[in-house]
Amino acid sequence: MKVTVEITRRPEIADPQGTTIQRALHDLGNNEVMSVRVDRVIHLEVDGDDPAVVQSRVEEMCRQVLANPVLEDFSVEVTG
Amino acid sequence: MRTAVVVFPGTNCEQDVAHALSSLGGEVELVWHRETDLSGFDGVVLPGGFAHGDYLRTGAIARFSPVMAEVERMAAQGLPVLGICNGFQVLCEAGLLPGALIANRDLAFICRFVDLEVVDNDSILTGSAEIGQRIRIPLNSYEGNWVDPGKTGRIVLRYLGDPNGSQHAAAGVANDGGNVVGVMPHPERGVDELLGSGDGRVLLEGFLHSLVPA
Repeated sequence: MKVTVEITRRPEIADPQGTTIQRALHDLGNNEVMSVRVDRVIHLEVDGDDPAVVQSRVEEMCRQVLANPVLEDFSVEVTG
Repeated sequence: MRTAVVVFPGTNCEQDVAHALSSLGGEVELVWHRETDLSGFDGVVLPGGFAHGDYLRTGAIARFSPVMAEVERMAAQGLPVLGICNGFQVLCEAGLLPGALIANRDLAFICRFVDLEVVDNDSILTGSAEIGQRIRIPLNSYEGNWVDPGKTGRIVLRYLGDPNGSQHAAAGVANDGGNVVGVMPHPERGVDELLGSGDGRVLLEGFLHSLVPA
């Protein structure tokens, strides 16, 4: 099954990359941009038939290694 | 008193660490990251570099290298565990030190001497230094910006100035017991005045003095 994992940095943690991109957008005249955050998307193909089981397994993998709980939250979407 | 210096794929400071510790009288052995027995060692250093390419996050893959079970055992037994630069990042990922390291505030790779101040000398890195002592050693990192949302870290070395945005200007952080320390600048590159500074010696001497018979 295809699974999409989105890993987002917690709002209270600084995102220097987002800040730099926002500055560049402003320099180019895009002054309506109020905030930029850069996150990470990971695409997996997982062997399994039951979307609920696959969902739960990939969430375990997020807690184990894919996300750092100090910095990041995650969401998992099984897309079939 | 033997110190293991761990080599992950992508580690690149192991020879500097081995040379620096040896020059101070330490007995050092390089250990591949797949080693599963460090019982013959009294302390361990995780040196700088780019372990496993720093893929996913710095230290995220390295923390699952087989040797890390032994590093965790040694940390739990109170033995000296020192992470320098990338090693600091690995120790945070492994949960042996609080917080995490993110990209420098200005997104610049910083490679220059920095001035530090010893703010806590009850640790395996700062035990031979005086509180308030100034230390000048090189910083060489992109992800040296320490964040500690839980505010549980014990800072032992602080930057004079704010080169990278690190919380409370932390350059070196210890666990509660003081036996696990991560430091972002490189004491091993500051052991000889010929190369710009000998200030790192007092830190590595502190590490060697902290080794006790296993």
